[in-house]
This record gives sequence, structure tokens and C-alpha cells, in this order.
Amino acid sequence: MSARDRTPMFESKSAAMRAVQVGFLGLLLGLWFIATSVTQVHRLLLPDPPQVWHEMQRLVVTGELWRAARVTLLTVGQAYGIAVASGLLIGFCVSRSRHAVRLLEPVLSGFFAIPLTLFFPLFILFFGIGTASKLAYGALYALLPVALASIAAFARIDPLLIRAAAAMGARPAALLHRVYLPAALPGVLSGMRIALVICIAAVLGGETLVSTAGVGYAIKVAEELMEVARMYAWLIFVVLASFALNMLLSMAERWSVEP
Amino acid sequence: MSAALASRFGIRVQRMVLLLALFLLWEITARLFGDPGMIAAPSQVLGALGPRIFGDPRVLSAIGLTLFELTVAFICSVVFGVVIGLAIGSSSISRRGLMPIVLLLYAIPQAILLPLFVLTLGIGPLCKIAFGFSHGVFPVILSTVAGLRGASPLLLSGARSMGAGRLQIVRHLLFPHMVSVLFAGLRLAMTLTLLGVLLAELFVSTTGIGYFSQVFAQTFDPAPLFALIATLAAMAVALNETVRTIERRFTRWK
Repeated sequence: MSARDRTPMFESKSAAMRAVQVGFLGLLLGLWFIATSVTQVHRLLLPDPPQVWHEMQRLVVTGELWRAARVTLLTVGQAYGIAVASGLLIGFCVSRSRHAVRLLEPVLSGFFAIPLTLFFPLFILFFGIGTASKLAYGALYALLPVALASIAAFARIDPLLIRAAAAMGARPAALLHRVYLPAALPGVLSGMRIALVICIAAVLGGETLVSTAGVGYAIKVAEELMEVARMYAWLIFVVLASFALNMLLSMAERWSVEP
Repeated sequence: MSAALASRFGIRVQRMVLLLALFLLWEITARLFGDPGMIAAPSQVLGALGPRIFGDPRVLSAIGLTLFELTVAFICSVVFGVVIGLAIGSSSISRRGLMPIVLLLYAIPQAILLPLFVLTLGIGPLCKIAFGFSHGVFPVILSTVAGLRGASPLLLSGARSMGAGRLQIVRHLLFPHMVSVLFAGLRLAMTLTLLGVLLAELFVSTTGIGYFSQVFAQTFDPAPLFALIATLAAMAVALNETVRTIERRFTRWK
């Protein structure tokens, strides 16, 4: 839903949209300055911008930012790799038979409707509090959208295309490479896009709940130590990173749609 | 596989058999190879359900509190989401000006804001309701805006040419269309609200479900942990089905 609704319906005027977003962020920054200088908001709830800016610089200079980001990025990368590979495999295998699709697709989408967060304590029990539990949790969370999207994409390929290619003497490898993959690509890609967003959110969320390292953990520790300025500094970094990722994804999408 | 077997009734039975086989596999694996401190067999989980979950008033009240928080958060998400969505989607100026802001906020991985919610709202139900609301409100806003937009222009001009008044168009065309789009958003909102409430519940490990799941996990007592999770999962499925049933009633015309 998020990816589908976010795309063509609202992104027709992309430059105008970015302008509104930047304007909104500027307004927010202005309100923040006013709130901390004019009104008496408690510093523990809302530190003033210079303080947070100072913390942001400190996180960069001391290398704390890079150390935590490295852990999170590695976990996300591995979890996403596992999710995409096994999701594609499951999707392809299930889509081979119409019977298997009808049998398994509701089971998988039913699973997707239950927040896997419920099972997070089990991941901690099985994989410990280190990065392994976040890896497994992120991978399982991201696996479902990839599998569901590829089941739909592979099962909906026009059988005429396959028959035509086979009639012209395409071998199984060529069939996979020339027919199955290109025909299923758009559907699979949109599933992969949703999965990436979900994977990042799951890993960050898991790190915030129970962990020993990573960005989510750093935010939680800052909150527990009442280092509010540092917590805001972390939040700003994550928000900036997610905007950058969002822009990259919509650019990639436009680029893949145009040719 | 014969065609008769693959009939609508047959496929449900086959799915049940598949799930039962998986449970059986789990039972055998847990009994033969499982570490009793890590994994509980389904029969042991069922056994723990009575005395440890439903027999323990503290656990039961923790589950009840979660259900309450979820209900309030979902209702708030729907009410505020529809109101905000109507305000945004009513004109193309407000849509162009406000929609990018909604999408901007929706793109943030909200889990990282959880410590901020706890810091400002404390560890009580208010924090969990607010966090659930912050997850659930976005799909409602997006689907309300999409529902307002999506009515086919062909149907609109058709209705107008047949002399339908503004009120009639709203009643017979825009409203039914919006409801069907809205419900897709409501189902997602239910899942996401549950996600938000559960994240907050698990984050605050001094009370509620978070506390009990931590105690069970740390004392290597998997049977009640699995039973607690199974109860919550059953709750999630039941709520999803409720929204789906209401959806079917409202969109019977489809």
C-alpha cells in the first residue's frame, strides 16, 4: 500500500513536492528555535538547536556515528540479501503450480497481516541479544513482501509468451533469463522496494528494543542516559538518511519506468 | 492433483492439513531435538495456556490493557485519519500543499521515535496509544485521500449527464467508492496500530506484556512465552478478520 499509493498518484510534480517538503522542514526548524528561545519548554524535552548541532558534530568527529551506522547497515544488508534471495526462490517455486499458489498464498499473506514484532522475544531467545537476532528478524520481515510479490509476478506471466519461446526452441536457462525474469521484473522490484523499507524499519526497531550495538541501540542509550540533545542528533541523522533513501528509490523507480 | 480436490472446499481442507503437518513436525522436533530451555512443543504451549496465561490475573490484565490501548489507538487513527484525509483531499491546492508533508513524515522509520515517545509521554498507556496512533493514522489518511480522488471521471460525467445532483453524486458515487478504498487502508491501519502498540509494549519492559515476555525469556521458560505470543497472535488474527467482515458488509455491492 505504502509504495503503491506513494507513486504515480502523488508524485506527478516531483520538484514542487520536494520544495514543499524542504519548506516544511525549514518551518519546523524555525518553530524549534522559537519554542526554545521564547517559550520555556523544559530542556529535557526539547534541547535548543545549537546544542543538538554541537552533538551532531561530536558524533561525526568521534566516529560514533560511523561505528553505529556500520553495524546497522551491515545487518540490514545481510538481512535484505537473505530475504531477497529466499523470497525470490520461494516465489518462483510456488508460482510453478497454480495449485500451490492457491494453497500457500493465503498462508503467506495471513502471516503478513500479523505483526512479526510479536515474535521478537523468540528471536532474542533463539539468537541472543547480539546482531544475529536483528538479522534474522529483519530477514523474515522482509522475506514476506518479496515472496508475495514474486508469486504474483511469476504466476501472472502470459503463458503465451512462454509457449512461444519454447516453440522457438528456447532452452530452460534461456527461458528463465529471457522470458521469466524480464516479465516478472516490475512486480518483483516493487516488492523488493517495500521489503527494503520494512527491513530497515525492522532492524532499527529491533535494535531499539533489545540490542548491544547499532543506531537504534545508540538512540535508546541516549534516552536512558537522559542525553536528550544526543538523542535528537541521532534522530536527525536517521531522518536525513531516510529522506535520502526515499529520494534515491523514487529516482530509481522513474529511471526504471522510463526506458 | 484432481480437479475435484482443487475445488474451493478442498483447498481449505488441504491448507488445514498442511498447517497441522507443520505443527506435528514442530511437536516432534521440539520433543526429540529441542533444548527445553529454548523451545516448547505445541502440546506444552497448549498446556501452559490455561494455568500460566488465562489462570494468571496479572498476565491477563496485561493482555487486556494491550487490547484497550489498541482499540483506543485504532479509533483515534480512523477518526483523525479520515478528518485529516478529507481536509487534505478536498481540494487540489490543499492536496498539493499538504500531501508531500504527510509522505515526508510517513517515510521516517518510526521505531526510532519510540524513545522520544517514552521520554515525553512516560511509560503508561498514553505513550503506547500515541505510538500506535502514529503508526495507524498514515494509511487512513492516504486511503481517504486516494478514495476521494479515485472515482472514475467517466462515472462522474455519466451521473451528471443523467441529472444527478451534488448530494446524489456524493451519496451514490463518491461515498461507496471511498468506502471500498478506505477499507483497504483500515486493514493496514489495524496491522500497523498493533505493530506500534506492541513495539511500545515490548520497549517498556517494566510493566505489561513487555515485562512478562522478558521474564519468561530470561528464565528460559519457553512454554508460557510461546503461549503469550500465541494468544496475542490469535488476537491479531481475530481483529483482522473483524475488519474484513465489516468491509465485506459495506462493500457488498462490488
